Amino acid sequence: MAEHIIELQNVTKYFDDNLVIDNVSFYVNRGEFITFLGPSGCGKTTTLRMIAGFDLPTSGKILLNGKDISLLPPNKRPVNTVFQRYALFPHLNVFENIAFGLKCKRVTNTYRNDKGEEYVRREKLTKKEIADKVKKALELVDLEGFEKRSISTLSGGQQQRIAIARAIVNEPEILLLDEPLGALDLKMRKEMQIELKEIHKRLGITFIYVTHDQEEALTMSDTIVVMSDGIVQQIGTPTSIYNEPANTFVADFIGESNIFNGKMVGARKVRFCGKDFPCVDDFEQNETVDVVVRPEDITMCAPEKGMLAGEVISVVFKGIHYEITVQVGKYEIVVSSTESRKEGEKIGLTVAPDGIHLMKPKYTTNLFDGVITKRNTVKFADGEFECDVTRLYPGSRLDDEDYLITADGQKLDLTDTEVRVEVLPEDITISDDAEAGGTTGHIISIIYKGDHYRLIVRTEEEEEDFVIPTDDLWNENDLVSVVIPKEKIRLSLKHTEEKKR
Amino acid sequence: MKIPRFSRKTLCIPYAVFLVFFVIIPMLVILFYAFTDKEMHLSFHNFIRFFSDPTKLSTIVYSLVIALITTVVCLLIAYPVAYILARSTLKRKFVILMLFVMPMWINFVLRVNALREIFNSLASAPGMEWLGSANYFKTVFGMVYDFLPFMILPLYTTMQKIDPSLYEASADLGGSGATSFFRVTLPLSMPGIMSGVTMVFLPSMTNYVVSDMLGNAKVTIIGKFIYEYFGSDWHMGSMVALILLIVVFLSTWFSGGFKSEENVRGANL
Repeated sequence: MAEHIIELQNVTKYFDDNLVIDNVSFYVNRGEFITFLGPSGCGKTTTLRMIAGFDLPTSGKILLNGKDISLLPPNKRPVNTVFQRYALFPHLNVFENIAFGLKCKRVTNTYRNDKGEEYVRREKLTKKEIADKVKKALELVDLEGFEKRSISTLSGGQQQRIAIARAIVNEPEILLLDEPLGALDLKMRKEMQIELKEIHKRLGITFIYVTHDQEEALTMSDTIVVMSDGIVQQIGTPTSIYNEPANTFVADFIGESNIFNGKMVGARKVRFCGKDFPCVDDFEQNETVDVVVRPEDITMCAPEKGMLAGEVISVVFKGIHYEITVQVGKYEIVVSSTESRKEGEKIGLTVAPDGIHLMKPKYTTNLFDGVITKRNTVKFADGEFECDVTRLYPGSRLDDEDYLITADGQKLDLTDTEVRVEVLPEDITISDDAEAGGTTGHIISIIYKGDHYRLIVRTEEEEEDFVIPTDDLWNENDLVSVVIPKEKIRLSLKHTEEKKR
Repeated sequence: MKIPRFSRKTLCIPYAVFLVFFVIIPMLVILFYAFTDKEMHLSFHNFIRFFSDPTKLSTIVYSLVIALITTVVCLLIAYPVAYILARSTLKRKFVILMLFVMPMWINFVLRVNALREIFNSLASAPGMEWLGSANYFKTVFGMVYDFLPFMILPLYTTMQKIDPSLYEASADLGGSGATSFFRVTLPLSMPGIMSGVTMVFLPSMTNYVVSDMLGNAKVTIIGKFIYEYFGSDWHMGSMVALILLIVVFLSTWFSGGFKSEENVRGANL
């Protein structure tokens, strides 16, 4: 038997024109508890639904035990689902709900006739077999004797258990759970987490779990697949995902993090917050990096002993620890500690080298494909920006009729010329006045970097992303206008080689 | 200024008055007339007359059969329409639904008349002569045409309320398309079927305008009977009305229309 029970190969899914899953590949080991974790709209539920067969991939393959099941309908897959809002049949009682799948099932029985010849028959399960299996399933979820109850008389937690029983009674190879605990209150959720884990252990089948709750994912899973924006950001054990986040998105999404812009200043030496720190990750000298430090990896000490010194600006009690925010110069740093500090107190902070996680920044500059218009502006990312077209040809100028005259006196009409547009993040500003900039988009991500926020703004039509640092606090999903000063738009000709020839 | 405040009881008075004058008193009047003779003496004569007269009995049977066929045909046409519309992801499915329902907004007599003219001209075409005398066929056709929206609407409303994840759950548990239909869709749309059936079955037993105009006055249904008796003999008319009421009551009883709210989702009596 194959070790990989499910394997996704380059799976892509569009809903109409919307890209929901972008070329996702991964595998799931037999018997493991795997969790798809990500914010809402990240594609985790769609991925689950494609494994269940409710949605079909636009391209790519889904292999079950090595066999392609991409286009198989849900009733032909040895997979059962626990739905988000349970989807119990309201017109059937508990017994009939759980028996639903068993009544659809056909088993192959071997018989011997008078002459001693063997023959096989596809048969329904007998009433007794069904009743026994339902009874066992109800025992497993601790609801013995509930057979005759009507669904509407059950509490949310009981309905949840019935939904689990209805799925596992069919002895699926994989159990899919789509945010199954989302509708329960906190205490009930914690209980069910433990119980699900218990059921997983007892059955030994593969569980694929979908949640947006990072704590739930860390508690329950053997493996976590962190997704955002239809892409797998990181796959790993809870420990490795927490301790070694692959990028700032993962660091920000899982647990609390301090994220800073840093620069390598020497071998295993990184500079951030205005100081140099020894670290364990190594990058090229002078390379810019994202620095992630977990609040619990920072220790507090006397101001003169610390690598950083600052002033406590807020203290929040969190039950088992205090969350202390410290102002260090212009940076805000969050520290978690079992000791409390007073607001206004001066303290020092130290970070051990292995508490500093460095990662290559995903975005250092903004690159777009653009086209020059008749008015010598450049069109890209759903918008039109004023620019200096003379930069395309060194030494050129514009004549009275706005034609470009190159250094050697050639007259060029630039209309429809394809260009490459580069804009540095720090050159972009945003505004809530839709008319102010060249294009508009929605803020899809905000990450706090100690002294500023890093935003990603996505335009509506072409879904181009702008990475923009800002000091102001915006909200996710805000519609903003992207302002770029004329002289900051760097243009270069595309396919210059071909044109010369 | 004192704001006048109405208690729940005072607000009920107009409805109570309405119920007394337009429901309870007329019922009592019908009951009184049904069981009296011309001299206003208590009498079971009308009751006995009705059940000893084969034409009256056959009329009630015919009415039932016509209503039954109309209802079944309406259900067979309306169910797929409602099912497709309720489950489609079309943005403008409401427009399509409106197209089915819109004939209701055109005067009923006008529609039936138009249908009669169409039948007449069709019947004059070669090979279509049979249509001229197919009175029952034309009556049922007209009733289906008239009452179809009353079947589509409650079905559509009920089916739209069915959580689509139930279909997914059924498929997920191994149910084929047919299993999902017979074990999920059909039982869950039962309330809609019941109210659609009541809304079509009852009027098609009594709506004699259709049978008069399309059936060349050869098709008599129970509603026509009542109408005619009230021209000459109120006592017999009341008795027929009372019997119809009992028939309706019984058919609603058997179809479960009086069940308490508990298990009923969607539109019902």
